[in-house]
Amino acid sequence: MSWTREEMAARAASELQDGSYVNLGIGLPTLVPNYVGDDVELVLQSENGILGVGAYPFEGEEDPDLINAGKETVTLRKGASFFDSAQSFGMIRGGKIDAAILGAMQVSAVGDIANWMIPGKMVKGMGGAMDLVHGAKRVIVLMEHTAKDGSLKILDECDLPYTGKRVVQRIITDLAVIDVIDPTTGEVAPSGTLGDRALRLVELAPGVTEDEVREKTQPPLV
Amino acid sequence: MDKVVSSAAEAVADIPDGATLAVGGFGLSGIPSVLIDAILEAGTADLEAVSNNCGVDEWGLGRLLFAKRIRRMISSYVGENKEFARQYLSGELEVELTPQGTLAERMRAGGSGIPAFFTATGVGTQVAEGGLPWKYDDAGNVIVSSPPKETKVFATAEGDKEYVLEEAIVADFGLVRAWKGDRHGNLIYRQSARNFNPLAAMCGRVTIAEVEELVEPGELDPNDIHTPGVYVQRVVQLTPEQAADKKIERVTTRPRPDGPDASADATGDALVDDAATHGLGG
Repeated sequence: MSWTREEMAARAASELQDGSYVNLGIGLPTLVPNYVGDDVELVLQSENGILGVGAYPFEGEEDPDLINAGKETVTLRKGASFFDSAQSFGMIRGGKIDAAILGAMQVSAVGDIANWMIPGKMVKGMGGAMDLVHGAKRVIVLMEHTAKDGSLKILDECDLPYTGKRVVQRIITDLAVIDVIDPTTGEVAPSGTLGDRALRLVELAPGVTEDEVREKTQPPLV
Repeated sequence: MDKVVSSAAEAVADIPDGATLAVGGFGLSGIPSVLIDAILEAGTADLEAVSNNCGVDEWGLGRLLFAKRIRRMISSYVGENKEFARQYLSGELEVELTPQGTLAERMRAGGSGIPAFFTATGVGTQVAEGGLPWKYDDAGNVIVSSPPKETKVFATAEGDKEYVLEEAIVADFGLVRAWKGDRHGNLIYRQSARNFNPLAAMCGRVTIAEVEELVEPGELDPNDIHTPGVYVQRVVQLTPEQAADKKIERVTTRPRPDGPDASADATGDALVDDAATHGLGG
């Protein structure tokens, strides 16, 4: 047993309080809003300049001037706002966005993240990923615990090019929830600060054993 | 004062070969497509373009690229464009990839008289440490890569953090697309088509705005203006056809609710799950 993709998204959704300003990465993170409670209203940020992104439009109501960061047509929720790209990343860099939930190829023992390029493949660009991992108050990685070929994704050090170093606060996988902490205080380590870090096992998916998680996680878990 | 010029061709006529252009837009949204086509028509070449993306193969900057008029790009994400990949990997095009927020701030800084700034974005990565491939040779070997940048540790409320020094961008020309503009060059953008346009306007030494609707000074409420006319030197009025000619990169829709109970869907509580197919948020 482990968490399905939907259950992983639901687990991530449980991290978010009413009124949270959230930026969601591509893929699995886009499912997260489906699983927040009825009493929780999220304000989704799209880094091309929207707070308050809504659902996709009805067919025939698409507007080329209203797209999200994935270049998809969207709509707005009540209370939405527009701004330019400098202000958009100003609010990200300035720590005003409560959480960024994003996928990753690898995460390291100190909360480094690699998710933007694979050497030898065409480099498409980092887009806003490097800004987001350094700016959001909490960076939550939502990913499978291991790669499809069984190779480990939570490593002592990433071997893929870094998106950001010492920036991840929480990892939610199909097997477990893991925090990146400052071992001297036991608190979750803030983004980007220098100093020691360690990984702490916070929660196991139903039917998953601690031994299995340790086996599939290269760094030690405290 | 009247900054309106009679045509897009006239507005771009003095852009020389080798010029640097800061171009507004995100994906295909809010791009100055008429000015770009006028530059294509003028035959201007050897251009450096500062733009978050490079259009698609047949629209926007992609058209200049296709005609091999662009020598160098500064962008954050270029994944939509096959010809871009071909020119980059075969050594015809130099590309400086820059994180999106850093790009926006470099442009804002350039228009604000700030030569450089420190940001945490990119610290510990190739962006700060160097080694991003800028140019390949025709055999696919990297011949120019990004240089390492200066870094510095600053004390913050959360503890010491490392930052990297990023330099501002000033372009010879700024090219923008606005929803409404007046003869003084005051501009209002529409919805998320604002994106990089105000920044491209700021960092251009000469900024040219194509406007979907031209009005007389005084008609725009000063409270509503996004780009004050001081940043804009030339205004081009689009025809209704040009103004309406907009492309969508990824049409995404949801089914219409068919019963009275389905109205909950329309509150937009969630993005539906085929969002999983879209590109890396750039």
